Amino acid sequence: MRPNVVIIGGGIAGMEAAKQLLYLGYSPILIEKTARLGGHVADWYRLFPDMTPASEVIENLKKDIQNANVFLETGVQFINRLRDTYNVMLTNGVSINCHAILFATGYDLFDARKKEEYGYGVYNHVVTNRDLELWFGGNKDVRIPERPKSVGFVHCVGSRDMKAGNMQCSKVCCMTAIKQAIEIKEKFPESEVYCFYMDLRLFGKKYEDFYISAQRDHGVHFIRGRVSEVGENIDGTLQVKAEDTLNGKPLKVSLDMLVLMAGMLCGEKTRELADGVRMDVDTDGFFKSRDNIYNVTESSRNGIFFAGACTGTKTVPETVSEARAAVLSIHNYLQQK
Amino acid sequence: MMDFGFVLSKSSTVDLNKVDLSMYRQLEKLSPDVRTCMACGSCSATCTAAPYSGMSVRKVILGLQRGNDVSAMLSNCMLCGKCTMVCPRGINTRNLILNLCRIHETGGRNDR
Repeated sequence: MRPNVVIIGGGIAGMEAAKQLLYLGYSPILIEKTARLGGHVADWYRLFPDMTPASEVIENLKKDIQNANVFLETGVQFINRLRDTYNVMLTNGVSINCHAILFATGYDLFDARKKEEYGYGVYNHVVTNRDLELWFGGNKDVRIPERPKSVGFVHCVGSRDMKAGNMQCSKVCCMTAIKQAIEIKEKFPESEVYCFYMDLRLFGKKYEDFYISAQRDHGVHFIRGRVSEVGENIDGTLQVKAEDTLNGKPLKVSLDMLVLMAGMLCGEKTRELADGVRMDVDTDGFFKSRDNIYNVTESSRNGIFFAGACTGTKTVPETVSEARAAVLSIHNYLQQK
Repeated sequence: MMDFGFVLSKSSTVDLNKVDLSMYRQLEKLSPDVRTCMACGSCSATCTAAPYSGMSVRKVILGLQRGNDVSAMLSNCMLCGKCTMVCPRGINTRNLILNLCRIHETGGRNDR
């Protein structure tokens, strides 16, 4: 009988890890607090860089983990450290004795209402990146006009923002904004689309191709300047103000809709849970790895491992790779026991 | 007019809804690669005329997108083509300037 491994979090990191643990003959126990698997990715419509439907990724993972023990709508009450195992108490009353725990707790999307000057939840036509993905996926959203003539994207909402308590770059939003800008142009070719950015951080495979395509093939306008405030005109359009830092002048424009690129933060609930086992938190607020260069998937506590965005902002392929790496770390750890 | 001892300054804000983009739109047709400018500034840094005249291809492109008058800058270009050599996006900037001069000369009629 192979040892139990508890995975906390049923997003892509947790699912991929469960899949790999099954391949290796372990019996993973996957715990997910919501009623469905897939995490944030399940809210997304298409994924860069190849516009893969997110549902395809989730459905494939679901098939692969049919034989795993999955607890939905279940949280972790507390974790007790025993001599060389852990006791994990779930909110449904089940108590699990295991040799290794994998935190795949992911991230929280920044609550865009906190940046009051952008008017999310106040004005009628301000949405977030997540709202837009849900709408692309077929959800109704009254905030999105039927035929918008002009659409703005605000990068770095709750990222690189000391005052919002979130210093780090969320990494994926620049690319997501450009992907969504192209998708808007494809749906509404007559519309003008503006991206307001501080820096464009397009570091990944084929991201730059998207950027060039947005400029060349879709005529998306890139304006270097952080939006300072948004107001609502009497006709319901939005008045957006920024400094056009390349032009050295203030700039304003009326838009039919504004999309806020909400960033990623380490979940508060996750941190509370980590407090229980006295797990270290890094200076950026995310879980602290044993080493940020070659032991990212290990915590400083024996038997506790990490995968995905709980140690920092990550893309989907990075998360999947890390889940595999974490499983190998777990496997090596259990072999040595 | 009553003299109150002060004057109102004109706002320097660029209102994108009111900007006249006709010149830029014409240039887009003649030099579609203008769209791929990412404002890196290599063109202006290498420009022989820039230090003496304020010529800057980057500013010309941005100016057209923001409705600024760029004709004075154009007259300072010597068409040496160094900017074309350094552009990382491969924009044919020399040709772009020539096209702009043509648009200016024909009053935007582009009938050459």
